[in-house]
Amino acid sequence: MSKTDTRFAGFKIGRRTFFNRIWTVLGLAALAEFGWLGISFLASRRDRNRPEREVGVVDAGEISMFLPGTVTAVPQGQFYLARLPDGGFLALSRTCTHLGCSVPWDEEKGAFVCPCHGSTFSLTGEVLTGPAPRPLDTYPVRIENGMVKVDCAKARRRDRFLAEQATRI
Amino acid sequence: MKASRQSITDFILHLHPRTVPYPTIRFRLSWGLGGMAVVLTGLLFLTGALLLLAYRPTLEEAYGSVRALGRDIPLGYWVRNIHHASANLLAVVAVLHLLRTALTGAFGPGRRLNWTIGLGLLVFVLAANFTGYLLPWDQLAYWAVTVSMAALGYIPLCGDWLRGVIQGGPEIGQATLSNFYVLHVAVIPGSLLVLLLWHFWLVRRAGGLISTSEGGEPIRRIPVVPNLIAREAAVGLSLVAFVLFLAMFWNAPLLEQANPGMSPNPTKAPWYFQGLQELLLHLHPVFAAFVWPFLGGAALLLLPLIPGSALPGGVWFGSERGRGLAAWAAGGGALLAVAAVLADNALRQPGVGMAADALIARGIVPTSAVILLAAGGYWLLVKAANRTRAEAVMAGLVAGFAILTVLTVVGVFFRGAEMHLVWPWHGTGGSL
Repeated sequence: MSKTDTRFAGFKIGRRTFFNRIWTVLGLAALAEFGWLGISFLASRRDRNRPEREVGVVDAGEISMFLPGTVTAVPQGQFYLARLPDGGFLALSRTCTHLGCSVPWDEEKGAFVCPCHGSTFSLTGEVLTGPAPRPLDTYPVRIENGMVKVDCAKARRRDRFLAEQATRI
Repeated sequence: MKASRQSITDFILHLHPRTVPYPTIRFRLSWGLGGMAVVLTGLLFLTGALLLLAYRPTLEEAYGSVRALGRDIPLGYWVRNIHHASANLLAVVAVLHLLRTALTGAFGPGRRLNWTIGLGLLVFVLAANFTGYLLPWDQLAYWAVTVSMAALGYIPLCGDWLRGVIQGGPEIGQATLSNFYVLHVAVIPGSLLVLLLWHFWLVRRAGGLISTSEGGEPIRRIPVVPNLIAREAAVGLSLVAFVLFLAMFWNAPLLEQANPGMSPNPTKAPWYFQGLQELLLHLHPVFAAFVWPFLGGAALLLLPLIPGSALPGGVWFGSERGRGLAAWAAGGGALLAVAAVLADNALRQPGVGMAADALIARGIVPTSAVILLAAGGYWLLVKAANRTRAEAVMAGLVAGFAILTVLTVVGVFFRGAEMHLVWPWHGTGGSL
């Protein structure tokens, strides 16, 4: 008996089983490779496609342009600048927190009304009627030299409106 | 000449068995729905190949290339209309085919795997419809996709990841369009073709369509050529004629070019998803977008695994008695859905948001109510009314589809601006 034979006898696998296992391992490796290939391909695209518009800080305008109790759309920042009746500024994202539609301000009703599923939001972005699960997101507002500046880099989520979310002069 | 004709006959015979049981060629057993689905799929492949020549999948050119179909290419818009009409009809036919299969008891032992494959095919048909919806890059497309991508995000654990992969980035853009394009013209049609062949083969292996086994008497079999072939040709050609005719008058919609800053009012999903959209108006998004579809899908998938859940094969509703029960179930389900929509509409007042407790009030409570109702109905039918399990399952299925139908009809015709309930003749809605 040769060396190899004894070793095979020790493992108790025949030649055919041995090769079948090799094919199985190779097959699984190929599957894993293709899976990894696909996922890395898709994931790289996701990272590469970060928003091309690096808006950063948007100049909304002078303080005097915004009267208390009004809402002004600022298209270049994709947000609304709401001036609360007490004079505070609040930058509200125009994206509905329910399913991402763009919410227009309805002057007559004095509310944001979502055209997709009918959620309504108050001047402060709070939910008046569902199905939206939380108030409109906000962006940080600063006031420099009488100009209102909004940092659009990242929207802030919130569960309710609190007075300190608004920026006062 | 003789040899080639022989070859054609052989090819047809190879796709079919040589003979089929006589009762299965009766039109009113199958209504030819499976065959219709095949014909529509064929039309979709043909017109799709033509459209592929004209369409350009980039943000800048997509809308213009669809618009140009109507202007620059002779009969181009007709081709698009045929594609659109076939796709919409296919969604209807596929669901009816599923119902036919269930209501004639054709998912029992020997056909279980094929039921599962059929469900897979339905998912692919809906996915194909939906991915195609985005490609024109008009307002309709853009916002329907925005809403559905946001809905994906509500799936627990992997929702955001899934959304990122399908969307190809944090925002809807070129990557999304490319993804949907590849899915629509390569991945889905390819998978559909493989599953279709498997579907046919399993029908053949199960001995053709479901038929009644009449007490030991051998079922008479008749040759496929010409009996079945002639019937298939009659149904298929009539359907082709109907679709071509329909496509002359029913224009595929094309709104203005997509504008990420302005959602149309009302924004509606494609009609086959408006039942789902109606749920989104009433339930917490996690339940409307994930829990309920998941439960519904799981129920359909597990249906054939329950022993004794299939009706006696080859007879609609199992028996004359079953037919009555099905009518009651459909009526009951429809009434329930109308009542629920109206009641919730009356309840929804300003100030009642979907706040922290919404997960319970608009999620767990209605879900438990539906499960209790289903369990109670089952118990009543089986224990009190002495019906078989198969009949109770059939009643549940019929009621479920009646509810889905009502929700879809409400969504399509009775929802106007800001998704308020309106009469269809007052409304401005409609996305067909």
